[in-house]
Amino acid sequence: MAFASRGFGGRPHRQRDERLPPGQYDVGSDWPVLTAEVTPRFSLDNWTFTIDGLVGMTHTWSFQDIRALPESRYDGDIHCVTTWSKLGTSFTGVSVDSLIAQVQVAPEAEFVLATSTTGYTTNLPLADLTGGKAWLVWEHEGKPLTAEHGGPIRLLVPHLYFWKSAKWITKFTLLDHDEPGFWERNGYHDRGDPWKEQRYQGD
Amino acid sequence: MATTTAATRGKSSGIKVTDAPAARGGSVGTSGAVQNTRWQQADVREVIRLSPSIVVLRLSLPARVDHLPGQHYVVRLTADDGYSASRSYSIASAPDDELVELCVERLADGEVSGYLYDELQPGDQLEVRGPIGGWFVWDAGKPALGIGGGSGVVPIVAMARHADHTGAPDRLRIAASGRTPHELPYYQELRDYGATVALTRHPNATPGVLGRRLAAEDLAPLMDGAATAYVCGSAGFAESISQQLLMLGYPQSRIRLERFGPT
Ligand SMILES: Cc1cc2nc3c(=O)[nH]c(=O)nc-3n(C[C@H](O)[C@H](O)[C@H](O)COP(=O)(O)OP(=O)(O)OC[C@H]3O[C@@H](n4cnc5c(N)ncnc54)[C@H](O)[C@@H]3O)c2cc1C
Repeated sequence: MAFASRGFGGRPHRQRDERLPPGQYDVGSDWPVLTAEVTPRFSLDNWTFTIDGLVGMTHTWSFQDIRALPESRYDGDIHCVTTWSKLGTSFTGVSVDSLIAQVQVAPEAEFVLATSTTGYTTNLPLADLTGGKAWLVWEHEGKPLTAEHGGPIRLLVPHLYFWKSAKWITKFTLLDHDEPGFWERNGYHDRGDPWKEQRYQGD
Repeated sequence: MATTTAATRGKSSGIKVTDAPAARGGSVGTSGAVQNTRWQQADVREVIRLSPSIVVLRLSLPARVDHLPGQHYVVRLTADDGYSASRSYSIASAPDDELVELCVERLADGEVSGYLYDELQPGDQLEVRGPIGGWFVWDAGKPALGIGGGSGVVPIVAMARHADHTGAPDRLRIAASGRTPHELPYYQELRDYGATVALTRHPNATPGVLGRRLAAEDLAPLMDGAATAYVCGSAGFAESISQQLLMLGYPQSRIRLERFGPT
């Protein structure tokens, strides 16, 4: 990295927050909206969540079923591939672990294709969704999640770039192979670890 | 991958890129757009300040990969102490332009846009990677509708130029919205193209220009026959335009959004 941009000093008095992965900046209290699709409007009353694919039996939950599971909260940071990060934020929902616990996962299931009500998809290793690392959430900082930010319910996988946290989540399909989702077919990385700057295919 | 063309443009470059982009960290998206994620140092050839807030940068790339309108480059600025900041900028130029053109709106206190507007000069080097993006792209094939707000017109301008150069200007209809002519990049070019132009904060009425926000009645006549609608601008703009298209009965699955800039 010998290259330097002539006359560029960066924002004055910047202090690099240790919570910021490389190449990210802190948006403060803002929360930019980035979606490729039109924001859908739906109510949790007629929403369901399904896990299918390599499971003993396909399982479908209503929102009521999900509310009956132990509530779980995430306090921490989120990182968008377009270089903003939002530090010290919080979400409330259920841990993906408590959903997975209710299905019989086939031993060969290693990947998940997550699908939204809009048809948006994103792929993740199953290991990135289990072990207390992922949630279905409906509240942000104590308030109902707004539609533009994926409300009424979205996936939250905060240790990966935020396009993995599919908005308007409705289904997980368990697979024995990695199947690229929407952005992944369009050049974005299959895993998307912000600490390794896995932004695009090949990074 | 075999259909990939990695063209070299600009007289000074002279490096011929013959390996497939995939081998260099590139990939081909669902739309056939080629993506290249290698960093390279572009020569800044021209810096044109269009207005007090808009600057056009014309770059020569040593290892340029052909883009499709709608794709963007990532610009990375690096300070002497190694600190760096990167931001995405849509391509304004048509694929057959010798140079890659970006158009940047200077935001108050914007770290990267401020530098690009205030500091960058012809002769400087600028680190970039691209083209990137495989979905918000148009190859001038099927008829389309492009709707841009503020700096969101940049990719739409690339589409218009591409339509023109490929002899198919009738294949793209455009609606563009800005506060004033100074805040709407390529204002005159858009008007010459025949775009529906709306200026929301311009005190003087201008013939042929709407003195208000774009409304459903302005979009309805442009929508017919468009296989895809490309909507680009702030989150608020993209949201309001896409909701209007839906209200007019335009199918959700045929709307592609690119949201950037302040909300
Ligand atoms: C796919 C894509 C394509 C894009 N194409 C274009 C394009 O063609 N043209 C274009 O102009 N833009 C485009 N953008 C937006 C662009 O990437 C940048 O977001 C924009 O230029 C702002 O960057 P900046 O560094 O100047 O501002 P930032 O420094 O990121 O700040 C943005 C705003 O927040 C405020 N701010 C943020 N952090 C701080 C802080 N710590 N202290 C003070 N103020 C702060 C600033 O006042 C500023 O107004 C695109 C974005 C995407 C995702």
